[in-house]
Amino acid sequence: MAGSQRIYRARIKSTQSLKKVFRAQELIAASRIGKARARAQSAAPYAAAITQSVSALATHADIDHPLASERKDTNRVAVLLITSDRGMAGAYTANVLREGERLIESLTEEGRTIDLYVAGRRGLGYFQYRGRDVVKSWTGESDAPTPQMAEEIAEELLSRFLAPADEGGVAELHVVYTRFINMVTQQPRILRLLPLEVVEGVEPVDEHEALPLYEFEPSPVEVLDALLPRYIRSRIYSLLLQAAASELASRQRAMHTATDNAEDLIRTYTRLANQARQGEITQEITEIVSGADALKAS
Amino acid sequence: MALLDVNVVSTSTTMWQGKATMVVAPAADGEIGLLVGHSPLLSVLQAGRVRITADNGDRILIDVTGGFLSLDTDQVTVVADDAELVAQA
Repeated sequence: MAGSQRIYRARIKSTQSLKKVFRAQELIAASRIGKARARAQSAAPYAAAITQSVSALATHADIDHPLASERKDTNRVAVLLITSDRGMAGAYTANVLREGERLIESLTEEGRTIDLYVAGRRGLGYFQYRGRDVVKSWTGESDAPTPQMAEEIAEELLSRFLAPADEGGVAELHVVYTRFINMVTQQPRILRLLPLEVVEGVEPVDEHEALPLYEFEPSPVEVLDALLPRYIRSRIYSLLLQAAASELASRQRAMHTATDNAEDLIRTYTRLANQARQGEITQEITEIVSGADALKAS
Repeated sequence: MALLDVNVVSTSTTMWQGKATMVVAPAADGEIGLLVGHSPLLSVLQAGRVRITADNGDRILIDVTGGFLSLDTDQVTVVADDAELVAQA
């Protein structure tokens, strides 16, 4: 009986230290999420300005740009999965991967060859463990993406989209990311980023106001050349920022649940330990009393 | 008097926002000056300095590494890849 008491005590102790780890992770995530959302907010004016210009351009110039036209010469498509670098975020990465697998399956059924690109160590590990090829991956900044990393990713994917078919060019670019809706809801989403669907993909700035007739300096084509890669870059950056906020929110929630569960476990084990102690005492008393009785009787 | 509504944004933040009487920016074919009533414009920017004359007489200088500028109905948006506020006086 003395053994079981000791086991319970040990379990309470280890659960208590785990609880501290969970609590710390929860607090870290909670403190970072504010920063992540602020970053997403401060990048918003740039994204809004660029989107407005692209939509102005789309309504005034016939867009005939490599980035906006469909490619028929190759059936290779690129899929970018935005996952987290660390676990402890509940089903965050699993959800992205599940959505990604579904997309990959449906694209494969259409006879497409898939080039995988992964951001985040967890996603990379998933594919490496299964022996699947990842063309390129970016890790280390999943919870605080920098504009530099977004630019690197955009640069790589744009060059692949513009490359000729025999040099590994891709016809489409799909991104799987997690949309941050609010602190409790984040949704894995699939987005086709390339070729651009400028007209549909852009929200009208103001429906009542007719868009003005623009002058282009130096020429519509050159403005387009300058604008579209920036647009892609800013889209990728904002997707990364959303994914980061989602990751932190799901981490905070997962760690909160884990802390609660640890508390429950500690309570259960404390009860069991008390019961064991009481049992032991009862047994000792019984032994003493029956011993005394036996002596008296003899 | 009508004024220009100016907004200078870089990738990560809003650099400057306010009313101005004049904006001078390094457009693709050389410097371009914008006043109220200018026709709508969408221009590529070179690396250079954006000069803003604010409505209170302040002169704001911002160095940009490139980007573009859009203007419609007296609403100027300077979208810079990377920008640095040089002076504000």
